[in-house]
Amino acid sequence: MNLFDIIFYFFAFITLASAGIVVFSRNIIYAAFSLLFTFFGVAGIYVLLNADFIAVAQLLIYVGGILVLLLFGVMLTNKVVSVDIKTGTLQTLPASLLAAMTAGSICGVFYATDWKIVQSVPDVSTTTHRLGEMFLTTYLLPFEVASLILLVALIGAAMIARRGKTIF
Amino acid sequence: MEQLLRNILDNDFFVYTAMAIVPLLWILPYALGVIWLERKVSAHMQDRLGPMRTGGWHGWAQTIADMMKLLQKEDIVPAAADKKLHTLAPYLMFIGAYAVYATIPFSSDYIGSDLNIGLFYIVAVSSITAVAILMSGWSSNNKWSLLGAMRSVAQIVSYEIPTILALLAVVMIAGTLNLQEINKMQTGWFWNWFVFQKFPFIFIAFIIYFVASLAETNRTPFDIPEAESEIVAGYITEYSGMKFAMFMLSEFVNMFAVSAIAATVFLGGWNSPFGEFMSGPVWGVFWFLSKGMFFVFIQMWLRWTLPRLRVDQLMYVSWKVLTPWAFACIVCVGLWMML
Repeated sequence: MNLFDIIFYFFAFITLASAGIVVFSRNIIYAAFSLLFTFFGVAGIYVLLNADFIAVAQLLIYVGGILVLLLFGVMLTNKVVSVDIKTGTLQTLPASLLAAMTAGSICGVFYATDWKIVQSVPDVSTTTHRLGEMFLTTYLLPFEVASLILLVALIGAAMIARRGKTIF
Repeated sequence: MEQLLRNILDNDFFVYTAMAIVPLLWILPYALGVIWLERKVSAHMQDRLGPMRTGGWHGWAQTIADMMKLLQKEDIVPAAADKKLHTLAPYLMFIGAYAVYATIPFSSDYIGSDLNIGLFYIVAVSSITAVAILMSGWSSNNKWSLLGAMRSVAQIVSYEIPTILALLAVVMIAGTLNLQEINKMQTGWFWNWFVFQKFPFIFIAFIIYFVASLAETNRTPFDIPEAESEIVAGYITEYSGMKFAMFMLSEFVNMFAVSAIAATVFLGGWNSPFGEFMSGPVWGVFWFLSKGMFFVFIQMWLRWTLPRLRVDQLMYVSWKVLTPWAFACIVCVGLWMML
């Protein structure tokens, strides 16, 4: 067991343990904060897979953006001094069916895919350069469409927030 | 540095641990010194003397005495607080502050991790601080704490945008996110520093970065999260003893981190301003630290000069002043590079 394996199991443990808390915790705030460690662990595993840019983007977008938004949402719906929001178990049968189907399809993909195991890792020291080139050549259209959608969402959010004060 | 450690220790695990600990050797004495300095600077700017007695010469041991006092204090957790999160928050705060140091080059020979995406990593990892602040604010179960935390996170999230855009202007010239590479491009006399390139656009970007970084570290004039005349001490209201000290330490660690990034990206980092004069790995540490400390001093200077902004003014500065100017800088630098 070398250093790589130790680090992999460390991050895998962090991810699984905190994801467990997210799912099983009855306190919604604990669930929200545990997501931080889940995202962190997943980012660590991305780094081990030589996907450094994706790892850092994961931290920036999920921890810096989505998690903070989520926490704001949880906190604003829950008065600090009042009783905590607890999560309950509802609709056990449909939920377990759906979860089983999702898990089954993921496992199906996992086993059906012909994974290519490369013995010698290709040179991935310049992921950002290659990603940038790809974005502006092969994947220019999807990239631009995605950015346009984000811009529309941004303008829409600003519009909804301003409604009542303006001409609408 | 890494090679030297490898020769001595001969074990990957110990080498990486040693590499990770090196910035701590600077941070801890720095925090002691800079808290004393902050008091002296504030005192002299207000025509006072500041601490003069402890330790003899100009009260140099005042911070050490204060630290001893904090260590002995009772660790109070409010009865209605959420104990687990209340305990975890200060440490998470320090992790977020310290993680930034992983890719800051202290010298041409030392960088914690020579990441290809160093600058991007720094921007991303500092968002852990926002989560830690929210955690401390919520778990304290105190109105002031929660208000302070909300303000702080709103501020950090808004000011992240001009920060990133200002750094992006430099990244466009450098063509790399690796901080060691960015430093190497600025070797030579001080006019090679990025702050003087494509004049005056990068200079404007530098000013934008510096103003936004003040807000990111919750320093005055952007210290509304801790505005003592409005909300006691914001998210650190309910902390005492060593947990309070952790928040204090994180704040000063963050102060140096943003100063170090400003020095590295805009002002040549470990490069000597005078070409070959006093350059080399060891002198590099000296230049890097003095540039960093210079910005720390400017942060203190501003703190004791400028009044605090209101919340609406704060948002105005970020969204209507800094962000458009940062975009204009990027467009102008881009056009200049096309020509």
